[in-house]
Amino acid sequence: MNYSGLKIFWEGLTGNKGWNKVWKEPTPKKEYDIIIIGGGGHGLSTAYYLSNKFNVNNVAVLEKGWLGSGNIGRNTTIIRSNYLLPENQPFYEFSLKLWENLENDTNYNSMVSQRGVLNLFHSDGQRDAFVRRGNSMILSGADANLLNDVELKELCPYLDFENARFPIKGALLQKRGGTVRHDAVAWGYARGADAKGVDIIQNCEVDGFIIKNGKCIGVETNKGVIKAKKIASCVAGSSGKLMSKAGIRLPIESHVLQAFVSEGLKPILDNVITFGAGHFYVSQSDKGGLVFGGDIDGYNSYAQRGNLPVVEDVCEGGMAIMPMIGRARLLRMWGGIMDMSMDGSPFIDKTHIKGLYFNGGWCYGGFKATPASGYCYAHLLAKDEPHPVAEDYKLDRFLKGKIIDEKGQGAQPNLH
Amino acid sequence: MYRIKSGGLINRNKELNFSFNGKNFVGYEGDTLSSALLGNGIHLVGRSFKYHRPRGIFSSGSEEPSALVQLEEKNFTEPNIRATTVKLYDGLVSNSQNHVGSLSWDFMRINDYLSTFLSAGFYYKTFMWPKAFWEKVYEPIIRNAAGLGKLSKESDPSKYDKGYLHCDLLVIGAGPAGLYSALIAARTGAKIIVVDEDFILGGSFNGENININDNICSDWVKSILSELNSLKNVRLMSSTTLYGSFDHGIYGALEVKSYNSKNTITKPRHILWKIYSKFSVLCTGALERSILFENNDLPGIMLSKSVRHYCNRWGVIPGNNISIYTNNDDGWETAKDLKKAGCNVVCIIDQRSNIKPPIENIDHILGRNIVKAKGNLRISSIKLDNGRIINTDCLAVSGGYNPNLHLTCHQRGKPKWNEVNHCFVPHNPPKTMEVIGAANGLFNHEEMFNDSKIKLTKILRNLGFRKIAVEKVNISKKVYQISPFPKKIPEGKIWVDLQNDVTVKDIKLAVHEGFHSVELLKRYTTLGMATDQGKNSNVLGLSVLSLIKNKTMHEVGTTIFRPPFTPVPIGAFAGRSRGKHFKPFRLTPSHNWAKSNNAVFVEAGNWLRAQWYPIKGEKTWRESVDREVIQTRNNVGICDVTTLGKIDIKGKDSGAFLNFVYANNFGKLPVGKVRYGLMLRDDGIAFDDGTTARFSENHFVMTTTTANAVTVFRHLEFCKQCLKPDWDVHLISTTDHWAQFAIAGPKSRKLLQEICDPKIDISNDKFPFMACAKITVLEGIPARLFRISFSGELAYEIAVPRRYADFFVKKISEIGKKYSLVPYGTEALGVMRIEKGHAAGNELNGQTTAHNLGLGKMVSKLNDCVGNTMSERDELNKDDALKLVGFIPTNKKQQLVAGSHFIEKGQIANLENDQGWMSSVAFSPMLNHSIGLGYIKRGNQRYGEKVNAVNPLKNEITEVEIHSPHFYDPEGELLRG
Repeated sequence: MNYSGLKIFWEGLTGNKGWNKVWKEPTPKKEYDIIIIGGGGHGLSTAYYLSNKFNVNNVAVLEKGWLGSGNIGRNTTIIRSNYLLPENQPFYEFSLKLWENLENDTNYNSMVSQRGVLNLFHSDGQRDAFVRRGNSMILSGADANLLNDVELKELCPYLDFENARFPIKGALLQKRGGTVRHDAVAWGYARGADAKGVDIIQNCEVDGFIIKNGKCIGVETNKGVIKAKKIASCVAGSSGKLMSKAGIRLPIESHVLQAFVSEGLKPILDNVITFGAGHFYVSQSDKGGLVFGGDIDGYNSYAQRGNLPVVEDVCEGGMAIMPMIGRARLLRMWGGIMDMSMDGSPFIDKTHIKGLYFNGGWCYGGFKATPASGYCYAHLLAKDEPHPVAEDYKLDRFLKGKIIDEKGQGAQPNLH
Repeated sequence: MYRIKSGGLINRNKELNFSFNGKNFVGYEGDTLSSALLGNGIHLVGRSFKYHRPRGIFSSGSEEPSALVQLEEKNFTEPNIRATTVKLYDGLVSNSQNHVGSLSWDFMRINDYLSTFLSAGFYYKTFMWPKAFWEKVYEPIIRNAAGLGKLSKESDPSKYDKGYLHCDLLVIGAGPAGLYSALIAARTGAKIIVVDEDFILGGSFNGENININDNICSDWVKSILSELNSLKNVRLMSSTTLYGSFDHGIYGALEVKSYNSKNTITKPRHILWKIYSKFSVLCTGALERSILFENNDLPGIMLSKSVRHYCNRWGVIPGNNISIYTNNDDGWETAKDLKKAGCNVVCIIDQRSNIKPPIENIDHILGRNIVKAKGNLRISSIKLDNGRIINTDCLAVSGGYNPNLHLTCHQRGKPKWNEVNHCFVPHNPPKTMEVIGAANGLFNHEEMFNDSKIKLTKILRNLGFRKIAVEKVNISKKVYQISPFPKKIPEGKIWVDLQNDVTVKDIKLAVHEGFHSVELLKRYTTLGMATDQGKNSNVLGLSVLSLIKNKTMHEVGTTIFRPPFTPVPIGAFAGRSRGKHFKPFRLTPSHNWAKSNNAVFVEAGNWLRAQWYPIKGEKTWRESVDREVIQTRNNVGICDVTTLGKIDIKGKDSGAFLNFVYANNFGKLPVGKVRYGLMLRDDGIAFDDGTTARFSENHFVMTTTTANAVTVFRHLEFCKQCLKPDWDVHLISTTDHWAQFAIAGPKSRKLLQEICDPKIDISNDKFPFMACAKITVLEGIPARLFRISFSGELAYEIAVPRRYADFFVKKISEIGKKYSLVPYGTEALGVMRIEKGHAAGNELNGQTTAHNLGLGKMVSKLNDCVGNTMSERDELNKDDALKLVGFIPTNKKQQLVAGSHFIEKGQIANLENDQGWMSSVAFSPMLNHSIGLGYIKRGNQRYGEKVNAVNPLKNEITEVEIHSPHFYDPEGELLRG
């Protein structure tokens, strides 16, 4: 079924009775070519690109809860490709290009809104670093603009230019960056994968891997044994728990990241803004809520909830740069579990167990990577070769010293 | 008739003026904005989110979904204020929100007439063509139509404070269960805190007309409060919402001091409390829910208990002809109280057929359902399922109660469905929380009091309080009986979520399309995402879902309740940490002196450092900086370098410890000497650099960079405590205790000789480059002297205890006059270090290795030091690795730009050809042209080669020559002289 304004009009006239299920709910088959564990953003996009770009359709996505119940269902929805390092920049730029065409690809309006991402800077040193990064972006084909304080003030007059503790001196702007309606991403990919024959199976939790002679041939689930030629883990914050069932220990820690939304407000913020002297990033959803976040809570946890110190830290950061939001009220706070890697960069790789693949370590930047992560994982699964833009996301990179440390924080996951 | 002549908790002698949509009204002390509006006959107060349907006052509490107003004006304006929670004050200004045109004629109502095309999730299926229209056309229209109230776009002018409280027992909710529990606990002497969101404590008993101990219940409340108020171990907090339950018995609470803008500039508007409790009792009561029928969203349709409370507490009768629609006994109480107050009760319609009317002398219709309400901006009539039409201007609806169990779920407790009272009740609350009374699903007062007694006795005993005296209460037994949800879903436009306009049809469509998990349903339809977070809509929506799916309510389950219970202003979370108070200032010991010398300051982390010192006639910063550099290099300069981290290291194993944490060898450093040290992170990347001086066999003083002062100290503590716990090493950060100054320039020795006490010989022989000593200066001030140089000049750093700093710097600048001593700031410091090719923050950015920095040979292969093994990994030691070198523009008039990338001449500027980047640049007044430091592949082998420094951000290409990083005095003769 094709979605369009015309279809809505017709259905409106005829009582909205002709809509199909967005995805079917099949019982699992005994065997698939590929099983993707995790029905979140990355898992569903992997299924979508496998079936739509690589012609691999005998695929199941196993989701332990409801579809999209992981971090795709709780994040601050920012997309951008303003990365510095050559191992990252092309990947995220590839992702941004996929975002730009997502609605056309999936025939589902996930509201990709290229409203511009502004990274504020507050010192000369920070400006120098942003110049370097902006130039990296342009050299690898992305867009970047450096705004001085006058130009920034024109764009965002509400920022605290007069009274800020750390003066706002300008910003690195990526105009093509922006926001996306996060749940719709999961639904759009699920619908597109389902249409090509992928089985999306909710409430199906993987309890263990069936490994024979060093080869993974299937999984044990609460819906029984399901076999496959290739098993692809894609479970973000649960990666450590899941992969331990295959005896694999990952260079990943799980941490809580909170996200916040305010009550609905008439339009007030037109861009995505990130603070350079504190940890705060914000945008306004199309529904009117300010969607914002900051640092991870800092301790290892699998609990999808956070605590007050970070809430306060984030709101202080917000008030420091835009004191107009003091009277906006925080409506809801979430905690999601982040798969924080040792260098802050992800993995899309085979494991040492044949037939078992791994995608994870997205830290708290996984949302923007959703399309490229799925595409590159699909590429790896379909061809057994890494996609060129993701070839450095290897599990053994620490052994060789090919670390990808965007922030220069070192091997301490909670600092990335 | 809107206001009855007597009764209730308002002061009819104290009139308060307020306005709504520009019209002036009068209310009374004790009113809320909503009771005052209703008291003036106003029902229509807003518009719904999506269809812009008229909205009235629906409830009398914080769950209000409809009566959201824009409070106050200009920079004090606050959106989405629930009129039901604002204590009326004189001069209150309020306006309705979310309409185009007037409140009674809203152009956007057109959405309502087009609603068939705007079904759940319609926007996911359209607005995709043409592609460019989303950002340019569709999204702006949607954004403007969405949202509720407005922010002022100006800085929030109010103050917010924060506080911490501790207690044995936290009582959440001061209704009958809470007050009774508080009393039992208080009498044991336990330290207790009672919080309630209402501005009058007493909860439902403030609005009920029932007797307790033969008196009206509000009198019982007064008597309990007077006893609690007299006890020192009790803190009663009204207008305080407990918004969240967090780990380890920590609760967040928001105390609303005032909504009145006039009171909030000097005094705090809200106070954010963090309450640490050993145990808590949740006595938050229950919220009434509505019933589903067509047009059940019209103004004038209100919750039954709220109608009763408006009558009993505020003396307001919200209609002339009120009807009641119920499925339980509580609706009848409303009828009884309204009648008693002299109101015309048209009739009560009870869905139940097989009951004996609990209250006599009221017209009633049993076993019938309302199928439709009619009216435009206010309800005018209702139609029953037998076709009968009843005219009414207010309908009180009672669909049963939902316990206020949200706080039991903030740590992921999952409620379960109670089949008797037809509500979700708490399950698995946090370990240190007990739920009492209606919040636990007990809707009968006698049971509730018994529940309190039993649970409090146990809790208090566990907390160690043994003497427990229980107050006796006599209350008439009130039966609560309710019918289950109807087995048939009515037809038509039926509202489930009043604010977000989620109708039964939307739920049906969502389920039909596969969104039938509660969480997916919520996300697809926005059910329960409104400002009430589903307090009114969730259970009704779930009842529809359970019918469609033919599952029990328990199987359907709820979505997750998350903090906050009611919305909390972002300003309150930030408190006073905003503006200049966002982070504390750290001032250098010479700050006042620098200020008096006209310094311009710059933020360096939390420090403020002097950036340069302009003198009369200098028009640009460059003039000042150039002068400071030249004068330092020609004569002598002084710079406050206190901000560099200083760590005192003592103990028998200090030498070994330094060997372990530094990449280069320190164990053999002689006493009285300083050495440059490079520290690696455990992943082998360069971490920090600095100097460490050895004052005695077992005493070292380390300096770090300003930026890494904290992280290096933390790292050393980690190394000491976790990696070398047996070693005799003691660390203390002395950054703030010693004021340290760099004194640099050819005349620095002469100047120092004047201040050093006579016995001290600092001649080049006795005190050569890299010497250190403990000395006294200016007649006995203890000092530490280091012969080190960041500027490349003959230079010293001298440290004095902080308390002498001001005197010291004044004195030395006085003495220094004859040597033309110049104070220099961080800019001149930066210029001189770039001229000398010293790496700083831009070079030590956490991504570069010793190899990159050209310090690879320093990394000890022999010692077991942090990072050396990891630094040997192949990828970090490639032949074409980046090397730190210097750059000079071919055209010396050109300015270099930090952040430029290097591309070989003739090659296209792209990622593939990217050879490195410029990390730092400066204008060298000594060389009279721009110079830069940067990383370029194999740079140390390419001196003299020309490459392009490209800056595509500004479309600039500058030809540069690769140069040694040492631009000035490359042999280092000056600093040894």
